[in-house]
Amino acid sequence: MKSYETVIGLEVHVELATKTKIFCGCSTEFGGEPNTHCCPVCSGMPGTLPVLNKKVVEYAIAAGLATGCKITQNCKFDRKNYFYPDLPKAFQVSQLYLPICRDGGIEIETKEGRKTIGIHEIHMEEDAGKLLHDEWNGCTLVDFNRCGVPLIEIVSDPDMRSAEEVIAYLEKLKSILEYLGVSDCKMQEGSMRADVNLSVREVGAETYGTRTEMKNLNSFRAIARAVEGERARQIDLLESGEAVVQETRRWDDAKGGSYAMRSKEDAQDYRYFPEPDLAPIEISDEWLAEIRAREPEMQEAKMARYQSEYRLPEYDARILTSSKSLADLFEATVALSGKPKEVSNWLMVETLRLLKEEDKDPSQIVFSPEQLAALIGLVESGKINRGTAKAVFEVMFKEGADPAVYVETHGLAMVQDDEALRSTVEKIIRENPKSVEDYRNGKQKAIGFLVGQTMKVMKGKADPGKVNEILKELL
Amino acid sequence: MRITDETIEYVAALAKLELSGAEKEKAREDLGNILSYIDTMNEIETDDVEPMSHVFPIKNVFREDIVENGPDRENLLSNAPEQQDGCYVVPQTVE
Amino acid sequence: MAEKEITALSALALGRMIKRGEVSAVEATRALLDKIKAEDGAYNSYICVMEEEAMKRAKEVQRGIEAGAYADSPLAGVPMGIKDNICTKGVPTTCASKILQSFRPPYNASVVEKLEAAGAVMVGKTNMDEFAMGSTTETSFFGPTKNPRNISRVPGGSSGGSAAAVAAGEAFYALGSDTGGSIRQPSSYCGVVGMKPTYGTVSRYGLIAYGSSLDQIGPITKNVSDCAAVLEMISGYDKKDSTSVKDASLDYCYTKALTEDVKGLRIGIPRSYFGEGLDPDVKETVQKAAKVLEAEGAVLEEFDMEMVDYAIPAYYVIASAEASSNLSRFDGVKYGYRTPEFSGLQDVYRKSRSEGFGREVKRRMMIGAFVLSSGYYDAYYNKALRIKACIKKSFDEAFARYDVILGPAAPTTAPELGKSLDDPVKMYLGDIYTVSVNLAGLPGICLPCGTDRAGLPVGLQLIGNAFSEKTLIRAAYTYEQAAASGGGR
Repeated sequence: MKSYETVIGLEVHVELATKTKIFCGCSTEFGGEPNTHCCPVCSGMPGTLPVLNKKVVEYAIAAGLATGCKITQNCKFDRKNYFYPDLPKAFQVSQLYLPICRDGGIEIETKEGRKTIGIHEIHMEEDAGKLLHDEWNGCTLVDFNRCGVPLIEIVSDPDMRSAEEVIAYLEKLKSILEYLGVSDCKMQEGSMRADVNLSVREVGAETYGTRTEMKNLNSFRAIARAVEGERARQIDLLESGEAVVQETRRWDDAKGGSYAMRSKEDAQDYRYFPEPDLAPIEISDEWLAEIRAREPEMQEAKMARYQSEYRLPEYDARILTSSKSLADLFEATVALSGKPKEVSNWLMVETLRLLKEEDKDPSQIVFSPEQLAALIGLVESGKINRGTAKAVFEVMFKEGADPAVYVETHGLAMVQDDEALRSTVEKIIRENPKSVEDYRNGKQKAIGFLVGQTMKVMKGKADPGKVNEILKELL
Repeated sequence: MRITDETIEYVAALAKLELSGAEKEKAREDLGNILSYIDTMNEIETDDVEPMSHVFPIKNVFREDIVENGPDRENLLSNAPEQQDGCYVVPQTVE
Repeated sequence: MAEKEITALSALALGRMIKRGEVSAVEATRALLDKIKAEDGAYNSYICVMEEEAMKRAKEVQRGIEAGAYADSPLAGVPMGIKDNICTKGVPTTCASKILQSFRPPYNASVVEKLEAAGAVMVGKTNMDEFAMGSTTETSFFGPTKNPRNISRVPGGSSGGSAAAVAAGEAFYALGSDTGGSIRQPSSYCGVVGMKPTYGTVSRYGLIAYGSSLDQIGPITKNVSDCAAVLEMISGYDKKDSTSVKDASLDYCYTKALTEDVKGLRIGIPRSYFGEGLDPDVKETVQKAAKVLEAEGAVLEEFDMEMVDYAIPAYYVIASAEASSNLSRFDGVKYGYRTPEFSGLQDVYRKSRSEGFGREVKRRMMIGAFVLSSGYYDAYYNKALRIKACIKKSFDEAFARYDVILGPAAPTTAPELGKSLDDPVKMYLGDIYTVSVNLAGLPGICLPCGTDRAGLPVGLQLIGNAFSEKTLIRAAYTYEQAAASGGGR
């Protein structure tokens, strides 16, 4: 078999974290009864007109600046015309001719090293509504609550070559956007969505192969699987002498495969033209400077600060700042507990392990900084030992349980009563004459066994150091 | 300008219109005449002129990000040809 | 006062009498409704007359006036009509189309809110060409309107119902909309005053869009004074319309311009507006009107206006393109007509639209789809936008030399019913004196200046620079007064 290279470009749609929609004063809140976050404007009533939400422009500019883009200081909106029930005006207000940001790039790091992925453009547009399929009645219900929620679409250059690079790019992008506060980037709620454009070519080929566009990718894992699957499918086609067809495919994560979406009945001819109902946007140097000045502390700066202020190793600082929610959690917990190293350990080891196990990202963490600080406090004060703390942490991670209450109700606190501990140790000595003798004959290891036996009887609720101390004294 | 049947069918499809044979014939003739007339635009050279989409220099018209609207579903849906559970209804869209 | 005398009053005259308690808003509304009932069968000016609501509203406004409200509203209590493409909450707004036959908007247009605040009494929604596409009001799903000056003639369009209602005394004033001449041309045909304001002067929020970059709402009235008063009432910045102009230097006090003073006013007369294709009677009548203004002290000068011939094709490209997009929302899903029998979504779309729209609307939607379609965008749409830029420039040059441009509003007087629709290109050519004003976003006023040999009204059009409505009103008022006193001094 020939050697193939995969060429991947991404179109990432991100919902902006504004309070209101892009062109009207309706709430963008997720959920809600169908068609209750709607008004004549976003429902496409005849005669209504759009008025642009200033925050949308500022967020788009912030995203562009943070990804090294040139800002189009004279930009406009265009109409993209097509019929679909989730699009009440039968056109989407978007940007084709003069997108707000162009020609940027972000650096990613994989085990292959560092690499810059180009950003072709970022444009602003409105989201469409939601279709709910009523199988029973054989009809589709239309809900316009999401209609007009502001989006930016970030179009990358075809610079990625593997699923690993795709994930690294998405993680970096997500982190940047979260840091800026322009989006919560929740893939599970659809506030971040990626379409994958992928083609393969023989290694060394000058031109790109025919590409397909993959939609319906709802998690990083699905994206990685889809990239692998589509690469294999295209190579199979080429190897068997067939051609790749340029088409849009829908990924079915449950089946682990994709299928071509039925081509729309009509040709895709969107007949873009400048939106006459919106005034052009002129972005002055002053406005740009203002937005630049408002940029929050981003990952690089935070990383440096963690190393100097909290004395964390670079590796830890990088992991902790890889996600804004993780960094926020870290800082809030440190502020409460004053123990950066401890907090870092809990987040780096236990938290990340459990997140990975559950295929979740840090924004989905349910416990609070107060809870984690309380858990650390319980260990520090000797109320529970580390083994117990890990078990409590798991419950806290999964259910958001309050550690102090949990320890209390489950009787997990260590036995502080020295007399009780001493009588247990005495009992163990009595019951294990062989080990006692071994120890007395110089076998230091035998004491370990005795500590273990004591801990077992105490159901783990004793301080092993203390047990050791008492044993030595009594022997 | 000669308009072919394919062109008429194409623009009718874009406009989501269904034309009878006679309508198509009439549309072909009308569009041909109208576009021939429109083609007189080409008599003048405009290459050095920027297309003007907006006639006045109104720029940067914005609203603040403040929620102004509450639920108004009954009113909005009052004209719907068909509704169910607070939604508009269309024939099934999934294949 | 007899009903017949009431309905003959101008809007301002009636408003004054209502304020003085000589006539009540209720009496005036009753008189107008009775006249509509008796006579509109012949004209079909209205699509819908809201008798009960109008009477209720008249009583309410009358009580308000008696309680001292509406002190700043010279037209409080005066009954009027609204073109049926302007949204009125809960009141049918059809655009004279089958596709919106049963549509009752869930909100009011901004102009309707302004009218309500000023104590206007709406008696009904006026007839029009379907979706404002047409020059005769014959494309209405509800049947054509007839010209009250001669019922064998069309009233013009697309605001033919509004112009006919005012001409017939079935409305003291009416609102129309003008995308390519749709206020000025029917005003010309019906012998009334109509004004298309500068783009951005009157909010478009709630006006069902035809060509968004061209549409403006404006007054159709019995005389120039009423026109100024109505414009004063409906204009002003609206935060719901992003193309609405916010300019502190604009005071919108148009009635202040009602003075007889054109001394030194520089009036430019484009030679091409009086060339081939202009009816000789119209030509002579308009030229005479120019002489009246000259006699009043204005300075006339002929000049060559560039680009006139290219305005119509550019206009039809831009208006049709915008219309094809604007009218796509009528798809049988959210409001309006849905075909009774269908299988599948595409069928709902195609059948609802094919059955719901009339021929001229379909024609323009197809032209619009074509000029925007892949491969043709630059050659048609962008070309038209370049020509628009050239037209704007030639007006800018003209207004560097003149205060007002004078010409006819239409090349002929009102044509006979049933003679216009079969040849679309010929019909489009009738817009030659009006469309460039929309492309350049300028104000234009049309006022009656005489009749042709058949006794049909001829309209005089005055075009001004952006936001020079006051200059137009002053010139129009001066002409009107001079003509009334026997033409020139």
